[in-house]
Amino acid sequence: MKVEYRTVNDIAGPLMLVEEVEAVKYGELVEIILPDGSKRNGQVLEVHHDRALIQVFEGTQGIDIPETKVVFRGKGIELSLSPDILGRVFNGLGEPIDGGPEIIPVVKRDINGAPINPYAREYPNEFIQTGISAIDGLNPLVRGQKLPFFSGSGLPHNRLAAQVARQAKVLGKEEKFAVVFGAMGITFEEANFFMEDFRRTGALERVVMFLNLANDPAIERIATPRTALTAAEYLAFDLEMHVLVILTDMTNYCEALREISAARKEVPGRRGYPGYLYTDLATIYERAGRIKGKKGSITLIPVLTMPEDDKTHPIPDLTGYITEGQIIFSRSLHRKKVSPPIDVLPSLSRLKDKGIGKGKTREDHADLYNQLYAAYARGKEAEELSVILGEAALSDMDKLYLEFSRKFEERYITQGEYEDRSIEDTLNLGWELLSMFPRTELKRIREEYLNKYYEKFKKGER
Amino acid sequence: MKEGRIIRVSGPLVVAEGMKGSRMYDVVYVSDKKLMGEIIELKGEIASIQVYEETGGIGVGEPVYPTGAPLSVELGPGLIESIYDGVQRPLDKIREMAGDFITRGIHIPGLDREKKWKFSPKVKEGEAVEPGDILGVVQETVLVEHRILVPPGIKGKVVDISEGEYTVEDVVCRIDTGAGVEEIKMLQKWPVRIPRPYVKKLAPEIPMFTGQRIIDTFFPVSKGGTACIPGPFGSGKTVTQHQLAKWSDAEIIVYIGCGERGNEMTDVLIEFPELVDPKSGEPLMKRTVLIANTSNMPVAAREASVYTGITIAEYFRDMGYSVALMADSTSRWAEAMREISGRLEEMPGEEGYPAYLGSRVASFYERAGRVVCLGKEQREGSLSVIGAVSPPGGDLSDPVVQATLRVVKVFWSLEARLAYARHFPAINWLTSYSLYTDNVKDYMLTNVAEDFYDIQGQAMKLLEQEAELEEIVRLVGLEALSMKDQLVLLVARMIREDFLHQNAFHEVDTYTSIKKQYIMLKNIIHFYEESLHAIEKGAGVSELSGLPVLERIARMKFVPEDRMDEIESIRDEITKEISSLQGVNV
Repeated sequence: MKVEYRTVNDIAGPLMLVEEVEAVKYGELVEIILPDGSKRNGQVLEVHHDRALIQVFEGTQGIDIPETKVVFRGKGIELSLSPDILGRVFNGLGEPIDGGPEIIPVVKRDINGAPINPYAREYPNEFIQTGISAIDGLNPLVRGQKLPFFSGSGLPHNRLAAQVARQAKVLGKEEKFAVVFGAMGITFEEANFFMEDFRRTGALERVVMFLNLANDPAIERIATPRTALTAAEYLAFDLEMHVLVILTDMTNYCEALREISAARKEVPGRRGYPGYLYTDLATIYERAGRIKGKKGSITLIPVLTMPEDDKTHPIPDLTGYITEGQIIFSRSLHRKKVSPPIDVLPSLSRLKDKGIGKGKTREDHADLYNQLYAAYARGKEAEELSVILGEAALSDMDKLYLEFSRKFEERYITQGEYEDRSIEDTLNLGWELLSMFPRTELKRIREEYLNKYYEKFKKGER
Repeated sequence: MKEGRIIRVSGPLVVAEGMKGSRMYDVVYVSDKKLMGEIIELKGEIASIQVYEETGGIGVGEPVYPTGAPLSVELGPGLIESIYDGVQRPLDKIREMAGDFITRGIHIPGLDREKKWKFSPKVKEGEAVEPGDILGVVQETVLVEHRILVPPGIKGKVVDISEGEYTVEDVVCRIDTGAGVEEIKMLQKWPVRIPRPYVKKLAPEIPMFTGQRIIDTFFPVSKGGTACIPGPFGSGKTVTQHQLAKWSDAEIIVYIGCGERGNEMTDVLIEFPELVDPKSGEPLMKRTVLIANTSNMPVAAREASVYTGITIAEYFRDMGYSVALMADSTSRWAEAMREISGRLEEMPGEEGYPAYLGSRVASFYERAGRVVCLGKEQREGSLSVIGAVSPPGGDLSDPVVQATLRVVKVFWSLEARLAYARHFPAINWLTSYSLYTDNVKDYMLTNVAEDFYDIQGQAMKLLEQEAELEEIVRLVGLEALSMKDQLVLLVARMIREDFLHQNAFHEVDTYTSIKKQYIMLKNIIHFYEESLHAIEKGAGVSELSGLPVLERIARMKFVPEDRMDEIESIRDEITKEISSLQGVNV
């Protein structure tokens, strides 16, 4: 029989202080019974002598001091897991909200997980073909990678995330594949877009959704990415599936974290976010990966909207320090109708070098993207210069680069929402565009590949 | 000592009462789960403890067991090729014991107790020894001869010592100190927060070659020197650190992954055993110790990891080796300090960092240096420290960057702009600096080339001129420049693209010996000088930039080290092609 405490003392914001408690553990799950009999969940944030500080996930509205009862559950927040979670929809704490039955657990796992031993990690090196040139050709995604989308309000990041979920495949392999979708504070419409897309493509039965919508309790968002990743770990490492996790929108998560931190009167770091934001985000992002000797993998795509499109804002900044690269969306490209508006210059995939090349994509891939980047960067510089001085002031070579960068945006980056380009097509397109340069300009490409490809595409042009 | 009782748990911070007799920085075990922690504050009988493991499930009233000893590392054969967490627990053993995820309360000693090492004595019975003297050696790996030293504080006559196969806990030697007989084992312990002693420090005059052209030629770090690499994310800090760990001509490498990505450590674990040291032909792993405290591992252990690493590094320095330590990233270490400081409710300094940030950073880097080691031999050892810094948004006014720049002598400034253009290493050649250039001058002049600094100085001048000229071009266009200035732009571009740009993933380009660096740069400067003459005689820059030799210059970096004469021969070709230009008669 669990003790019910009626010793709630302070309630402030999402926090609640209970006094005269005994044997309460840090991080413990708490059940709160309101005067009207309804129940809420909370978690112990700090214990000090006989006092326990509790964060209430569903908000503190309606909680009173004399009547409210508190029960400490003696364990952390756990998620019930079984193969039946596929195709189901849960709230941010992992309770079913699709009207279906409760999950009969095969296992229960603490949602905080445990860090993967770096020694047990398998290096991610299997190329995932997303069918999107700006990703496959320039910033390739590999299995077990964490690659965030840095976007802004009003940019089509969700469409691109859905396109990746739809088209992603590993070349030449047919394997068990699942999508875990964690929504934090997004609108019903956005969540529905994903659901409709999954339904239409028949993917719904291999999707697990954890929804915390904009009007759901904000503090529940603290748990949402963790429940989602706990489900993903189960699917990947117990059921040996390849799991793609999409978490959107991490900005809302961080704001919930800030709310708690402010309520606790902690010394704030930059922009009021807590000093431990980096560590906290790392415990989420680092759960992606592969493990030696296990078939499954977790590939993570967190989506975040950069406030004022500012990449140095703490949320994208700290995310970028943890994740293995980033795909950055650009408002100016979006305005120019380049779609998807991926700003390839600051975008990066850190794991690309091990995931591409002979036997994986094609031997010329690395040299080719280096050259494409260098040429596009120079073209962009020329564009800036031409804005000030006019195109006529450019040298002939700079004019050529300028023309290249325009074509590159029009033909390489731009592609349809349902256009699934093979990696072969993407690479050939790169050569086709580079063939407008004289051979001596292509310094980043090895002689042998120039012989093999450049001459072919140069002739093709003529 | 009496056990204490927990009165507060807040994240990685646990407060316990009844801790009478404990000392600052003593190790304690928290609760019956035996989580390792360290005392960081004492108030009467109340101790604040930073816990190196997750504290979920820990509650008020649980016991705290003092050990009475400070946080120490185990030193002895078996360090090389190991991968440890922040408090020196071997990660491979943890995996054997606990599986793929790191669970709590695991206690594994840093050194293998079972393994036997072949010990060969270097002193005889009856010989007088003092601290730092080599008692004997163990061939730990093909590359590392592990020297067993007389521990600090022990002096006397050797009673007995013999060759044989020993574990680290066996007594290999007994020394009569006059006040009793001390038993010496190969395993020695040293508290991490106390620097190991040496006789004196020396000026760092020998360059540490890294095989990275921009570093060795323009911004060298010396053996025993300190350097920092600040930069925004994606600018290549980690790749640069990896390159240094791979190709530096230090004898021992200690690599600390402090609060960074798990996959990066995996990358090192996969790559280092495969890569071959250019000097010895042996795998690089055979001289490397790895400390991995990834970002999702407990934050307090991250704070300890840099100390664990540097103590191990000092231990090898004391044997007379040149050691290089890479810490990636010191910002995460500082953040760990900030988090603990916040929980202790200390008055914050800048951006919430504790007021003692600067002094902690300074005393960490000051543990580097070229020293005369303890011992009769007067061995020389060196420890170079290279720290990556990850300032928010790449902003160099960040307190951690500023605290670091106050102490380090080399600053490699990584820039996002260069990284976007895929110019790697993205080290800005105008803002970076090295204060060791003067120290290593004599060495370079005698060992590389007499005109090394003329060539290097000229190249730097061209790069500076380029920056000025670019301003003008932005205003009035290229056409407005004189032929000579246009030539400066052409040659500066060559220096940038054909010399400074270096591809870490290309099998040849990843490492360039200083000799080859010199020849490469000399060729480019030779081209500049010849062209200058040609222009005076009426040649145009467009003709010069169309010369076929330029492609050969561009491909110099891909020519393997053993075909150096191929690069040398380019110089004659430059002369030939330029003099054959129409209207030029050199």
